[in-house]
Amino acid sequence: MTSLLELHNLTKAFFGIAAVKDVSLSINAGETLGLIGQNGAGKSTLVNIVGGVVHSDSGHMTLSEQPYTPRIPADAQHAGVAFIHQELNLFTNLTIAENIFISNFPRMGVLRTIDRAKIKALTGELLASVGLDIPSDTYVERISPGERQLVEIAKALYQDASLIIFDEPTTSLTARETERLFAIMGQLRAQGKAIVYISHILGDVQKLSDQIAVMRDGELVACEPASALTIKRMISLMVGRSIEQLYPKRTTSPTTDPLLTAKNISASGIVEDISFTLHKGEVLGLFGLMGSGRTELARMIFGADQFESGEIVVEGELVRKPSPRSSIHNKIAFVTENRREEGLLMSIDIANNISLVSLPEFARSMLQVIDQRQMFDSARETANTLQLKSGDIRQQPVKSLSGGNQQKVVIAKWLLSRPSIFIMDEPTRGIDVGAKYEIYTIIDRLAAEGSGVLIISSELEELIGMCDRILVMSRGEIYGEFTREQFQDERILRAAFREQDLPMMSVHDGQAKRD
Amino acid sequence: MQKQPFNVFRFFLNNSTIFLFIAVFIIFGLSSPRTAIGDTGIDFPRFWLPENILNIIKQAAVFAGIIGVGMTFVLLTAGIDLSVGSNMYLSVVCAGLLMRSSGLEIVPALFVSLLVGTLYGAFNAFCIVRLKIIPFMTTLATLVVGRGLGTALTSSQQIDFPERMNAFGQTMVFGVIPMPIVVFVLVVLAAWFILTQTQFGRQVYAVGNDIDVAKKAGINTDRNLAMVYIISGFCAGLAGFVLASQLGGRVDRSFGETREFDAIAAAVLGGTSLFGGVGNVFGTVIGAMLIQMVGIGLQFNLVNLYLQPMARAFIIFLAIFFDSLREANYKKLKRRFIRPVHSASSEARAADAGD
Repeated sequence: MTSLLELHNLTKAFFGIAAVKDVSLSINAGETLGLIGQNGAGKSTLVNIVGGVVHSDSGHMTLSEQPYTPRIPADAQHAGVAFIHQELNLFTNLTIAENIFISNFPRMGVLRTIDRAKIKALTGELLASVGLDIPSDTYVERISPGERQLVEIAKALYQDASLIIFDEPTTSLTARETERLFAIMGQLRAQGKAIVYISHILGDVQKLSDQIAVMRDGELVACEPASALTIKRMISLMVGRSIEQLYPKRTTSPTTDPLLTAKNISASGIVEDISFTLHKGEVLGLFGLMGSGRTELARMIFGADQFESGEIVVEGELVRKPSPRSSIHNKIAFVTENRREEGLLMSIDIANNISLVSLPEFARSMLQVIDQRQMFDSARETANTLQLKSGDIRQQPVKSLSGGNQQKVVIAKWLLSRPSIFIMDEPTRGIDVGAKYEIYTIIDRLAAEGSGVLIISSELEELIGMCDRILVMSRGEIYGEFTREQFQDERILRAAFREQDLPMMSVHDGQAKRD
Repeated sequence: MQKQPFNVFRFFLNNSTIFLFIAVFIIFGLSSPRTAIGDTGIDFPRFWLPENILNIIKQAAVFAGIIGVGMTFVLLTAGIDLSVGSNMYLSVVCAGLLMRSSGLEIVPALFVSLLVGTLYGAFNAFCIVRLKIIPFMTTLATLVVGRGLGTALTSSQQIDFPERMNAFGQTMVFGVIPMPIVVFVLVVLAAWFILTQTQFGRQVYAVGNDIDVAKKAGINTDRNLAMVYIISGFCAGLAGFVLASQLGGRVDRSFGETREFDAIAAAVLGGTSLFGGVGNVFGTVIGAMLIQMVGIGLQFNLVNLYLQPMARAFIIFLAIFFDSLREANYKKLKRRFIRPVHSASSEARAADAGD
């Protein structure tokens, strides 16, 4: 079989740190290559070189036995390489059809006007082939993230690519949409297209791939048939050692001193009558399906959104009008779900991002001049405690960091203000196993030092691994509460799905034990 | 997608510029001096006479409309062109000097003006796209340079065009429609066509929505950005020539000054966002007419000449204030609901428990 795409000795460095080191790899037509590795292992950089988004410092590529040197993404597209990025790349102010054809509309007549009838018909076919039943003239701002992902795929289909790169395509998809995506990938493979599939969900990678390439610290450490790799071995290849446990052992147990109490919080159409207490030294999990109101609740507690009735008490004191300002004053930290948009100033250097919340502490004299040296020293110290992997923190912009390291910057930012309450919304989303373990260790340390941590997650396993107690939200209400001895994934999931045989709140059932 | 119930407040907000337009039209009409129509004996507000309405449209076209259309292209890409006023001046100075020195006829002179305006825009485009200087600084610099060049060419003297320029300005198309209005309509229709019916136009919206995504999507963003500044320059060259013909063919050194402000205001009043990706040319037409109507209305009502700019600024402020209200309201609309909104949540729970 001839190789469709061959990479020869590709190397790329950012800010003096090698992101891709001497990688050689080939992929055949009709084959799916799984690409795995920790965040920062160089997967995204590697596929960005293939997609023409970044240029390699050395090495070369061939596509269908021809030299392949994409300078810009358009070159890659013309050569038949489609790229479905982790972040969606659609124009929200245009329609679905316009998005698909934006770089090359079918046109007609002497005036070269857009052939609306034709794009409508073509888009209809493309959308049908990805199973999306939405009119082609719907504006993209009106469709859900999962639907947008399918539009991206429809776009790749239209470009008739011979190689399609999927970079973490399932993070924003529901289970059903994910199934549909996998079915489409199967069809594409049957049509002889080559697929590169990047994901942190190793089970999916194993199921979908013919070959699996594992990267670590910019190097390709293995490329083996999927059938020859177990998930355990994939993980040990990724981290370079075998991970015995995914979660650190919790070092302390929670106290009974209330730190934060929410009483009967309601906001019409969003949450209803929410009450709970977070104690000192406690790690409290908030589990719920997508759209159960978890994030909305977290934002209300932090004061980022308003609620209509109910109250919030922090360390025995009623918070009159919760706002992000009052919350920061009350030593509440909020690690947001969407670190790209809400948590970080992406083009600013790491040190300034870290010191953002605690800037007033470094202001000196009446003029409130910032003590730069102390600010950088503190930022560096915090970065070191979290083992942030970066170049010079005063120079390197946050956007050049890997996902896991970006998340560490968000945590560092809050850590510097020494909060007593942490609200973390999906703290390990899109982060690899190794970085996850480090984040869990940080969470355990925070609790051991007497902070209260509220973790919101859609990964039940991680909550079971880390929490002292789990609250389950469903349709804007708290629908179940489980203490550590009651942890059992099936029961918790049933609560999230509002199964009727489940008694409401505090299930006391001795046999439900975690093994 | 959920249908929102009809809401008067929201309806007003979404169409605030039109309502403001109608309100200003009515208020100025009622307060303007009246005149008897023929011998019917009816007193009719002079502000509402067809001549005056035509006059408003004509002035809107030459002062803010044509350059406002060009500005709309630029703003759609999240850029800005501060140099259009100076461009109008330099373009028409070049045309005027040639008309006087070598007896150039109207049509060739118009082409000279268009050519100079387009090259002026192309220079802006070169600085922005090739030299990567941000649009604000580029066009601020060329604002000064363009006017400086024009003043040097004329030794700061007023240019008096030959009489045929004045005649051209008074041309009536089909005997009834003033020439500037016809030019304006053609410009607006062409712009509408380009923005909605051509690939380039849709790509302008895409670039304004997210330039990085546009690059990844394989759009030639450099060419698109260059084109919008060239179009803006072309419109300035055209507007300069038409405006000069309206002023009786006299162009002094303050010609076109602060017009960039009116052009930006017209586009923004018409709903074009300064952040790119949102807007259309018909909005700009309404915006330009609103600005001109306020100006003329204030003259009709004999408002102190020195207070007039403040009154105009106030109207613009009001319109932009409505725009920000609209934005806030829009955000609220986009809020995600995850449970039924009716407050009878206890009922809902009871129902849930029941089935």
